[in-house]
Amino acid sequence: MLAYILRRLLWTPVLLLLAAFFVFFMGSVAPGDPAELRLGNRATPENIEKLREQMGLNDPLHMRYIRFIGNALQGDLGESYVFQGKKVTALIGPRLLVSLQLNIAAMLIALTVGLPLGFYAAKRQGTKTDPAIVISMLILYAMPVFFTAPFLILFFAVKLHWVPAAGWSGMFSTQVILPALTIGIPGAAIFVRHMRASTLEVIGQEYIRTAHAKGMSGFVVNYRHVARNALLPILTLLGFTLAGVFGGSLIVELIYGIPGVSRLSLDAIFQRDFPVLTAFVLLGSLMLVLANLVIDIAYTIVDPRIRLQ
Amino acid sequence: MTQATSSTQQGPQEQSVAELPPNLGHWRQVWARFRRRKLAFASLMIVLFIYLLGIFAPVIQTHDYQDTNLAKTQQGPEWGGNWLGTDRLGRDIYTRVVWGIQTTVIITITTFITGSLFLGVTMGLVAGYFRGWIDAIIMRIGEVISAFPDILLIILLAATLRPRIVQLARDIEDSTGITGLVSSGIVDYVVIGIALLPLSWFGMMRLVRGQVLALREAEYVEAARAMGTSTPRILFRHILPNVVSPVIVSVSFGIGAIALSEVILSFFGLGVQPPRPSLGVMIGEVTARGGASVSVLRDHPEQLLTPIIVVWLLIFCWNIVGDAMNDVLNPRAR
Repeated sequence: MLAYILRRLLWTPVLLLLAAFFVFFMGSVAPGDPAELRLGNRATPENIEKLREQMGLNDPLHMRYIRFIGNALQGDLGESYVFQGKKVTALIGPRLLVSLQLNIAAMLIALTVGLPLGFYAAKRQGTKTDPAIVISMLILYAMPVFFTAPFLILFFAVKLHWVPAAGWSGMFSTQVILPALTIGIPGAAIFVRHMRASTLEVIGQEYIRTAHAKGMSGFVVNYRHVARNALLPILTLLGFTLAGVFGGSLIVELIYGIPGVSRLSLDAIFQRDFPVLTAFVLLGSLMLVLANLVIDIAYTIVDPRIRLQ
Repeated sequence: MTQATSSTQQGPQEQSVAELPPNLGHWRQVWARFRRRKLAFASLMIVLFIYLLGIFAPVIQTHDYQDTNLAKTQQGPEWGGNWLGTDRLGRDIYTRVVWGIQTTVIITITTFITGSLFLGVTMGLVAGYFRGWIDAIIMRIGEVISAFPDILLIILLAATLRPRIVQLARDIEDSTGITGLVSSGIVDYVVIGIALLPLSWFGMMRLVRGQVLALREAEYVEAARAMGTSTPRILFRHILPNVVSPVIVSVSFGIGAIALSEVILSFFGLGVQPPRPSLGVMIGEVTARGGASVSVLRDHPEQLLTPIIVVWLLIFCWNIVGDAMNDVLNPRAR
């Protein structure tokens, strides 16, 4: 158990180093010269050469990489090529906070809708309710966000005037409702699917039959025995959902005009702002890897039957 | 993400399986069981119909996909003319959608054959059968790739590789005299195919590897080994046929996801390039990369909804088909 966690913790930095190198390599493959981009129409060959030297672009790839890693370990992810003189961390930080809030709100919606509905569908197996829930959730899951977002705005904001259409003022304002719903609906569909499958699995177990045979009330069996055990596999899903902060809400943020990571990361890709991009990928990988590690460990605490190797 | 063991229709269908005459071949039995699931069967038919529309796009088009008609822009549906209306440049929406479907068909097939089927299955076979260092290397590479946020990785790959690949194609055109490599859109397909590669092979590889790890210890494989059967023969004759079922299930779930990724890439202008239509290009153009989504949906819904409904149907139907395949092919997995 401890050995497993240690091994994972040792592998994590290696994983991140490799991921960072990959993005670095992509940066060198990408066409265009950041120095030239930065100078714009003041770009003369001498100026470009001077700036390249200044930015350290003339050093070989592995030198730049080692320098980058050295700085990153001290919490410095470099300066943006495009936003002159701006620290990458200062650029990403506030936007990441926005995306994080949006995704947490979305996950709350997905969980509160998805888990009970999935449980209910499983309990109704064999009736028409079960396939009706499964199929309607699948329809919602397949619904492209290009439609969900404008439709929700048109219906709830423009027509009914219930909530504001766009903009952002934190997680606890009404503005978060529509974008969170847009991300949360397909999320709920995924939770329904998995919750239903895992509830069905638990219902078939013998200890459930024993619990019923002991004369326990249906309510107690449902909530203490079935639901609790069925929730366990859902934990692993949470890891992926948490890590979805980078990229998961890309289009949603664009359509709702939310100042999250999406605009910045897209601009970084198109303007070849590689310091920003590297930081994004690095932070995204870090979150994904750590989230999965935490979830794995949490799993063994919640369910002592599981032993990690 | 969608590969849960779940089914949409359970119970009554399963009991009737036993009544089938036992002399049917395995795949005919599977097909017979699949056909009883009405929703899944209908979904498969819808998917086939959509794909046929794409394949026969040159035949069933009513206009040329890049013909602009500035006298008839943003028109609503009109019977006998542009029956699904026209876009901002007066191009026929129906024609552009069927050509867009063709793009989807080409990209799904090429990505699946190269990424999932070729790379994923062979690497899974090799990693699972030989284990040891080769398995470790393949798994570690996969872990690094899956540590990336996937949409960002796809966009990053497409953005950085496109200019290089376009340049390469132009060089080939210049030196060999072949023309139309860039303008025909082949380059776009290569770019998208490579960008989607990291996403498509690892899941399949892990799935096949898991199966092979169990199968290599099976007695019939041991028997084959003892009889001196060559390794490739064991891999392809004895093990491969037994991993076909999970591969089919995974492919049917994955096709929808691949189609959606292409739409997202083209939406951002990184996938298929105009004038060649694609569902993602259409959605991206009509909503001005997201900004004008609401006004388009209100004022000219047919322009936005036509490509979206196709994407919606594709993802929904493939998921239903995948569910049914899972039930039909892995009856024990439930």
